[in-house]
Amino acid sequence: MLNLKNIHTHYGKIEALHGVSLNVAQGEIVSLIGANGAGKTTLLMTICGDPIASEGSIEFLGEPINEKSTSEIMRSGISIVPEGRRIFPGLTVEENLQMGGFFMSKEDYQKGTEHVFSLFPRLKERINQRGGTMSGGEQQMLAIARAMMSTPKLLLLDEPSLGLAPIIINQIFDIIAQLRDEGVTIFLVEQNANQALRLADRGYVLENGLLVMEDSGDNLLANDDVRKAYLGG
Amino acid sequence: MLEAGLYFLQQLINGITIGSTYALIAIGYTMVYGIIGMINFAHGEIYMIGTYVAFMAIAGMAMLGIEFLPIIFLGALLASMLVSSSFGWAVERIAYRPLRGGNRLIPLISAIGMSIFLQNYVRLGQGSRDIAMSSQITGGFSIGPTDGFHATLSYMQIIIFVVMLVSMALLTLFISKSRMGRACRAVAQDLKMANLLGIDTNRVIATTFVIGAALAAVAGTLLGMYYGVVNAYVGFIAGLKAFTAAVLGGIGSIPGAMLGGILLGIAESMTAAYFSTEYKDVVSFGLLVLILLFKPTGILGKPEVEKI
Repeated sequence: MLNLKNIHTHYGKIEALHGVSLNVAQGEIVSLIGANGAGKTTLLMTICGDPIASEGSIEFLGEPINEKSTSEIMRSGISIVPEGRRIFPGLTVEENLQMGGFFMSKEDYQKGTEHVFSLFPRLKERINQRGGTMSGGEQQMLAIARAMMSTPKLLLLDEPSLGLAPIIINQIFDIIAQLRDEGVTIFLVEQNANQALRLADRGYVLENGLLVMEDSGDNLLANDDVRKAYLGG
Repeated sequence: MLEAGLYFLQQLINGITIGSTYALIAIGYTMVYGIIGMINFAHGEIYMIGTYVAFMAIAGMAMLGIEFLPIIFLGALLASMLVSSSFGWAVERIAYRPLRGGNRLIPLISAIGMSIFLQNYVRLGQGSRDIAMSSQITGGFSIGPTDGFHATLSYMQIIIFVVMLVSMALLTLFISKSRMGRACRAVAQDLKMANLLGIDTNRVIATTFVIGAALAAVAGTLLGMYYGVVNAYVGFIAGLKAFTAAVLGGIGSIPGAMLGGILLGIAESMTAAYFSTEYKDVVSFGLLVLILLFKPTGILGKPEVEKI
C-alpha cells in the first residue's frame, strides 16, 4: 500500500535520512522504533511531503506521491496524528472534528462523527469545549478522532503515547488495535517500543537515519539487540 | 455647561466616525498578521485604491444619469470592494507568496516596495493633484438648541457607523460560523497542521487578503464620500493609523481591531478639539509607542504562548 524506496531527506545541508526503503501492506500495523533524533518524525513527515524527499520515491496505492503537495497527499487517503497532537487549541472539539472532515459531504461527516464518538465517548460529552482546555489524554483522543474523520486508508501515528499516563496509553493502544480490525492500515512511530512492537505485525528499527532491522513484531521483541537498546534490558 | 456638553458630544460623534473607518482598515492588518505573522504595509494603498474606484464609480453613474442615492452608494461600494479585493489578492500572489517560508523580514520589505509601487502607479494613472467630489449624501440631525451652539450628527456619519457595524457583524458571522471562516481560524492557530489535514493553506491565506482588502475598500468608499477628496498618498497615513489601531486593540485579534479603531478615532478627535489639530497625529503615534513599550500585546491581544 505504502512503498518507500531509497528516501533521502535534507534539512538545509544536513541529511536526516540516508536512503530509507520500507513498505506497509494493506491491513497491517507496522511500527517504527528508534531513539530520539534517529529520524522517525522526519520519515513520517516526508511521507506527508513536508519536508519533500530530496531523493527516492514514495508510492501510495500504486501511485507516486512524492511530487505532490502536502495538502494533495493528505486528501488522497492518508491521515496523520502528528507529534505533540497539534489539535487546534482555540477551536471546540466539534470544530476540530469539522476541520478533520473538511472535504466531506454532510452525510459522510455525520457518519464520521458517529464513528469517532463510538471510539471516544468522552469527546461527545465535551463537544463544545475548547481543545486547549482538555487534558493530554483527551487531546490525544481528539487528535486521533480528527485524523479518522476523513476515513483514511492509511493512518500515520507519531508517538501517540508520549506524555500520557499508563492507563491512558493502554486505552490509546486498544483503540489503535480496534482501528486495524476495522480495516485501517496503520504506520506507528513510537519510543514506547514494548507496546508498539507487541501490537505490530511488523516492525522497523531506525538508527541515525538508516533502517537497521526489519522483522515481525514478536521477533523484534525477542531480539537481544533490540531488548538492550529499546526495551531497557 | 450645556454648550460644553454638546461640544464634547460633537467630538465624540466625529471620533467614532473616523474610528469606524480605522477599525475597518485595521481588520486587514490584524487578520493577515493573525494568519501569517506579517504586517502588510501595502494595505493602506488598497484602501486608497478603494476610494479612487468609488469616486470613478460615482462619476460613471452620474454620467449614465443614475440619480437614486442608494443605488449610487451601493454601486460605488461594490465596485470599490471588487477592484480592491482583486488588488489585495494580486499583491499577495505576486509579492508575498513566492517569499513565504524564508526570513520574515523579506516579505515585510516586499510589502513596503509594493506600497511605494501602488502609490506611484495610481499617481501616474490619476495625476498627482487631489481629486475632489461634491458630497452625495447631505444633511443630518441637530442636537441641542437650533439658535445657539448645537451638535450635528450628519446622515453620512450615521451611514458610516451603520455600515461599519454591519460589516463587522457579517465578518464575525463568517469567521465563527462558516466553513472557510473556521479554516481561517485553524490556519491562524496552526498552519502546518491545517495543511496536514489536506487544507490548501495558500487559498485560506489568499481569502484573508481578499476579505481585508474588501473591508478596506468599504472604509475607502465611506471616508472618500465623507471627506470628498482623495489623492494617491492618503493610504499612507490611513494605513499607519489603522495599523496603530490594530496594535492598540491587540494585533491578531478581530474584536481588538474594532475597539482599537474606535478608541484611536476618539483620542484623535478629542486631541484636535481640546488641544490642537496639529497634535492629533502626535497623539496617535505617541499612543503607538506607549502601547509597544508598556503593553505590546494590546488591549485584547493574548501574549504568544509557547505551544507545548
